[in-house]
Amino acid sequence: MLTFHLTSHSNVAPYLQIVQQVRQSLLAGVLHPGDQLPTVKDVVAALAINPNTVLKAYRELEREGLVEGRQGVGTFALRRPDGPPPAVQAMLGRSLARWVDKARLAGFDDAGMESLLRATLLSAADEAIA
Amino acid sequence: MIAPSRPGETMAITTTQLGKRYGTTGNSKAKWALRECTLDVPEGRICGLVGANGAGKTTLLKLLVGLARPSSGSVRVLGQPSDTPAFLRDVGYLAQEVPLYRRWTAADHLSLGANLNGVWDGEAARERLQSLDIPLDQRVGTMSGGQRAQVALALALGKRPRLLLLDEPVAALDPLARREFLASLGAAVAESEGGLTVILSSHLVSDLERICDYLVVLAESRNLLSGDLDGVLASHRLLTSARRDIGSIEHQHTVLRVEHTPRQTSVWVRLEGTLHDPSWQSEEMSLEDIVLAYLARRPVQAADAPAAIGGVR
Repeated sequence: MLTFHLTSHSNVAPYLQIVQQVRQSLLAGVLHPGDQLPTVKDVVAALAINPNTVLKAYRELEREGLVEGRQGVGTFALRRPDGPPPAVQAMLGRSLARWVDKARLAGFDDAGMESLLRATLLSAADEAIA
Repeated sequence: MIAPSRPGETMAITTTQLGKRYGTTGNSKAKWALRECTLDVPEGRICGLVGANGAGKTTLLKLLVGLARPSSGSVRVLGQPSDTPAFLRDVGYLAQEVPLYRRWTAADHLSLGANLNGVWDGEAARERLQSLDIPLDQRVGTMSGGQRAQVALALALGKRPRLLLLDEPVAALDPLARREFLASLGAAVAESEGGLTVILSSHLVSDLERICDYLVVLAESRNLLSGDLDGVLASHRLLTSARRDIGSIEHQHTVLRVEHTPRQTSVWVRLEGTLHDPSWQSEEMSLEDIVLAYLARRPVQAADAPAAIGGVR
């Protein structure tokens, strides 16, 4: 069963963190179409968050066509979001892990890596526009 | 940006100009513990009640549960005025001092609950405690604070209330016990599928931010803010700019606090519409900062109407 985790030191709203984690689990093949998502009560009991936060996340995922709520039964994964297949994901993940090792050897801490990644994404976006 | 109200929501609580004064009328020592409190809390919400000590939180909760009579204004709870005892059947109240008998076991308390209440779901209460590994045959006096709070919560939920009022239930608990208590509370609300409304007073804003979806801020006996939590977060901003006059901001929005340094002006505001002036740099405020801005704001002007955000008025 999928478990969620929330960070309060994030600019991402809690419901969006859940949306992103479901999307990511579907992309990575951790969650398959047909699998049941944790019930609202289970998520609330695990994270001590408001039930409406979970409902809002599940509604958003439903709107995107990724999950389906079945009355009185629960919420089920419907399909993978558009994105690279799990094998490509795994490959990219492995090469990123190698990069992280290299960066750590070079003396980067997590925060340093995050800001480098963000800067790189930003400059890549700029180039795409130009 | 005031968030729109959610259409079709029924109110669990409606107060109109509600006030409570302790001491005899005409006595100069008579003191308003709560005044001109107008607010709504929709059904199915978990509402955080926050404010400094002495701001009127406990008074408001007592008025809602009928333990105090209004000196002015009115209050409706679950569609009924609070001076009829009928509504009490559907209301659970947990006072600040956890009301348990230390020499009694959890099971003793559950039997008492069964005897005192017309509607009683003892099975659910037992299951709730068992799932938390709380021994039913242990005296509550020998339990941890967190376990005692869970027993009290199970008792309060045993009568299957439609409204549960909790006065600082987690104030004395360690972080883990607090998290577990709020998780149990949230799970009970999830289970009720909109049938249980909770009002929870606390000083711990980070807890409220997690578990609540509605917020009421009280300061100096007055209701300064009430509304949907998302709406509250969306409508408050910290604006900064090179030092300047704030007349244009004051004209359109509600200024909570201003700080001028020789070079810079910072304004904490509640936006009452779109911010048109792009020369202000606008940042979101954390819930903690929003609450602090209201609590530190003084003196409160009499003409200052409370904001109902995402509200229904």
